[in-house]
Amino acid sequence: MLLLMQKETAVEFIKNAGAAMRVVGITLALATGTAVAQEPIRIGAFLSVTGPAAFLGDPEQKTLEMYVERINAGGGLAGRKLQLVVYDDGGDADKARTFAKRLLEQDKVDVIVGGSTTGTTMAAIPLAEQAQTPFLSLAGAVGIIEPAKKWVFKTPHTDRMACEKIFADMRERKLTKLALISGTGGFDKSMRGECLKVAGKYGIEVVADESYGASDTDMTAQLTKIKGAPGVQAVLNAGFGQGPAIVTKNYKQLGLTAQLYQSHGVASKEFIKLAGEASEGVRLPAAALLVADILPDGDPQKPVVVAYKRDYEARYKSDVSTFGGHAYDGLMLAVDAIKRAGGTDKAKVRDAIENTHGYVGTGGVVTMSATDHMGLDLSAFKMLEVRNGTWAVIK
Amino acid sequence: MGGQWVQFLAGGLTVGSIYALVALGFSIIFNASRVINFAQGEFVMIGGMSAVSLVAIGMPMAVAIVGAVVIAAIVGLSLEKFAIARAPRANVVTLIIITIGASIFLRGIAQLVWDKGIHSLAPLSGERPIALFGATILPQSLWVLGVTVAIVAALSWFFGRTRLGKAMLATSHNRLAAQLVGIDVATVLFASFGLAAALGAIAGVLIAPITFTSYDVGVMLGLKGFAAAILGGLGSFPGAIAGGLVLGLVESFGAGFVSSAYKDVIAFVIILAVLFFRPDGLFGALRTERV
Repeated sequence: MLLLMQKETAVEFIKNAGAAMRVVGITLALATGTAVAQEPIRIGAFLSVTGPAAFLGDPEQKTLEMYVERINAGGGLAGRKLQLVVYDDGGDADKARTFAKRLLEQDKVDVIVGGSTTGTTMAAIPLAEQAQTPFLSLAGAVGIIEPAKKWVFKTPHTDRMACEKIFADMRERKLTKLALISGTGGFDKSMRGECLKVAGKYGIEVVADESYGASDTDMTAQLTKIKGAPGVQAVLNAGFGQGPAIVTKNYKQLGLTAQLYQSHGVASKEFIKLAGEASEGVRLPAAALLVADILPDGDPQKPVVVAYKRDYEARYKSDVSTFGGHAYDGLMLAVDAIKRAGGTDKAKVRDAIENTHGYVGTGGVVTMSATDHMGLDLSAFKMLEVRNGTWAVIK
Repeated sequence: MGGQWVQFLAGGLTVGSIYALVALGFSIIFNASRVINFAQGEFVMIGGMSAVSLVAIGMPMAVAIVGAVVIAAIVGLSLEKFAIARAPRANVVTLIIITIGASIFLRGIAQLVWDKGIHSLAPLSGERPIALFGATILPQSLWVLGVTVAIVAALSWFFGRTRLGKAMLATSHNRLAAQLVGIDVATVLFASFGLAAALGAIAGVLIAPITFTSYDVGVMLGLKGFAAAILGGLGSFPGAIAGGLVLGLVESFGAGFVSSAYKDVIAFVIILAVLFFRPDGLFGALRTERV
C-alpha cells in the first residue's frame, strides 16, 4: 500500500513538473522575444577545476568569475551583460569534448575561453572549428596554434619558447651539455619534444634523456643515471605538479651540482614551498606576473600584472599564479575583440582577435597575425632564479 | 658504479617500504573479511593531510602525528560501522564495491575539507642527506624503513600474543569456526578497519615529507600497495612486506639500469610472471585442489 502511494505521488510529481516546465518554457520564449537587444554575451569555459590539473583550472575559474562580475558591475560590454558558463572537465579530454559540445550546441556561447590542459584543448578544437566559434585556449603546447587554425587562439606562451629562453640562458653561460628529465604527461612530453627540436639551434647537446611517471614518488634512480653521464653541465626538468618538486629534492639529496632548470609549468610559489631549501639556485622561465612586485617601473606589463595580482589576492586570499593570468588574458582579448567588432558576430570577432595589436596582458605584449595565433615573443618570459626562498629576476 | 648500485638500492627500499605499509593495511582487512578495501589509499591520504593541517594550526609534530592517526582510525571505524556493517548479508564483491564508493566519497570530502593543492610536511629529523657507501639517503627514508620494521614487530606481537589479535587471526583462518568458538567476528571486522586505517595514516604521515601529499595521493599509493599485497600473497604479513620491497626495488633498478620510461612496465611484467607460477603470491599458502 505504502509503495503504491509513493508510486502515485511520484507520477503526480512528474506530471506537475512537466507542466511547470512548459510554463517556464513559454515565459522564456516571451522574454527572449521582447528583449533581444539585452541578451547577454555568452562566454563559455570548460576548465580542469578538479583532478590532477586542478591547480590550472581552479585559479582560471576564479579569475573568469571575478572579471565577468566586474565587467557586469561596470555596465557590461556595449550595453550587454556578460554571462559566464563554466564546466569542470576534471582534466579528462573526453569530458572536455562533451562539455565543449554542450557549450557550442546547447548554451550557444559567443566565444570559448578555456581548455586548461593541452589534452582537453586538443579534444575541443575540431568542435570549435566546425561550429565556427572563436576559441581562446589556456594551454601551453605549441601544437594548438601550429599550424594556425582559423578559429583557435591561445594566451599562454608555448613550451618551445620556454626551451628557447632556457637555451639562450645556457648559451650565455657557455653551458652546452644538457641532461633532460621529463614526466610522462602531455605537457611534459610536448616540452621534451620541443626542447629536443630546438636544442641544436643553440648549439646544445643532449647527453641524457630520462623520464618518470606522473605520480612517481622517487626519482633518485633517474638522477643517479644523469649524475653518471659524462660532462653534464645543466639539467632540464620538463614537467608540472609534484614531480618537479620531488626531482628538485632528489637532486639536492644526490648532491648534483650542474645548473638545474625547471619549466614554466611550476612557476608558482607553491613550487618553492614544496621543494623547500632544495629549490635554491633553480632557474626557470616565467611570465612577468610572478615577479610583479620586483619588475622595473618602465616595464609595459607592470601596471597590468600589479593590478591583476592585487585584485586576485584581495578577493581569494591566495597567491596569484600565471595560470589565472592566462584566463585573464583570454577573457580580456575576447572582450577587446568584441568591442572592436562592434558585437558578437562570430566571424567579425574572430577577425578582431586575429588583428590584436600591442595588447598588454599578464603573459606579455600580444600582437597576432594570420599565421601567429598567440602573438608573444621571447621577451614575454623572464628568467628567474630562486634566491632566499623567493624569485629573483636574472637581468 | 658501486655508488650507483647503493643509490638504486636505497631509493628502492624507501619506496618499497611505503608500498609495504600500504600493503599491510590491505592484508589486515582481507584477513578479517575477505574484502579488498580499495579505500586503503585514502587512509594514507587522510593521515598525511590531517598531519599537515594539525601542524599548520600550530601543534607540535608528535601531537600532530598522533592526531592524524586517531582521525584516520575514526574514519576507518566509521566506514565499517556506517557502510560495511550495514550490509551484513552482502557478498564479498558487493563489499568491495562499497569500499570503491567509499574511496571516491573520501576523496571528494577531502577536496572540500582541505583543498586541491599539494602539501608538504617537515621531515622528522632534517633534510641533510646522509652519505653511505657512495650513495646518499635522506634521514626521512631511514624513518620510513625503521618504522616499517617496528610496525611489523608490533603486528607480530599483536597477532601472536593479544586476545583480539588472536581472534583476528582465527577469523582469518576460518570465520565460521571462529564464530562457533565464541569469537565476536563483528568486533574483529570493526577493529580491523580501525587498525588498517591507523596503519595507512602512519604511512601517510611518514611519506608526506618525501612524496608530498594531496587529496588524490591515495589513488596511486593504493594501487601500488594493492599490487604489492597481491605479489606477496594477499593476507600474508611477511608477504606484504616482501611484496612491497620487491616492487620498490624492481622499479628502482628497472629505472636505473633499463629504462625509466618502462619502469612500471617492468614491475608489472614481473608481478604477472610471479603470479603465473605462484597464483597465490610469494607467501600465499599453496592451495592444491583435487577433483
